[in-house]
Amino acid sequence: MSRLTDNIDFHGQALLLRAERQKVISGNIANADTPGFAARDFDFRAALADATRQHASHATSSGASDAAPAAHRLQATQPGHLGQSSAEGARIDSTVLRYRSVEQASIDGNGVDLDRERAAFADNAVRFEASLRFINGSVRTMLSAIRGE
Amino acid sequence: MSLMKVFNISGGAVSAQSQRLNVVASNLANADAVAGPDGQSYKSRQVVFQTQPTPDGSAGVKVSSVVEDNAPARRVYEPAHPMADQEGYVTQSNVNVVEEMVNMISASRSYQNNVEVMNTARQLLQKTLQLGQS
Repeated sequence: MSRLTDNIDFHGQALLLRAERQKVISGNIANADTPGFAARDFDFRAALADATRQHASHATSSGASDAAPAAHRLQATQPGHLGQSSAEGARIDSTVLRYRSVEQASIDGNGVDLDRERAAFADNAVRFEASLRFINGSVRTMLSAIRGE
Repeated sequence: MSLMKVFNISGGAVSAQSQRLNVVASNLANADAVAGPDGQSYKSRQVVFQTQPTPDGSAGVKVSSVVEDNAPARRVYEPAHPMADQEGYVTQSNVNVVEEMVNMISASRSYQNNVEVMNTARQLLQKTLQLGQS
């Protein structure tokens, strides 16, 4: 919308991606005993850059006129393409997921290293909370500016 | 919000692990059961875990089937036993008790892991709900 909310927007996108990553890692932990399962994760930096770019392009295109003609809309011809709604800016599907390399292979073909997954899960939870705090701080700053206290 | 789906994934995993624990309990309970009049003894049962993929890239888990172990039954020499055959052997189940204990510990650890995942997701959701307050 503007510079006022840009910071909140960015951290909002990061928050959505953190939630997605939390989901992927919880899937890895859930499948810690499944034969033949390979642990998966995604490149957070690339995903966030992608999401903010998508979000920004969507914001500028829809900012010109609310009812944009259908011809100006992005065409989604592949399941991996991102949609139009702003909430879809930060969306992870199976096309961006990568297999984690296996360090200690197990005999049933399961590639989940539970220690590593739990560490990634805790790390992601802390970063999720960090994003929450950044948003909270921005909101509080803005509120105090509005109130003039 | 995809944090909600963590509950689906981990909930499914907890349910699968509890079924595994159930099967372990059944195996341990029948570890010393002897064969009935038909000569068929209890066969050890094992759960088979299978990944349950969803279109959005997450991976749940489910018990696809419970299979019976076809290992030969244990035969113990006990001539005084009422179920002993002509040679004096009693046919018992084919449950490997040590294996089952290991299975039990593994299931319990995985259960705890998934419960912890759900707890963390719940805390994060609670903090998200309090966003912008106070």
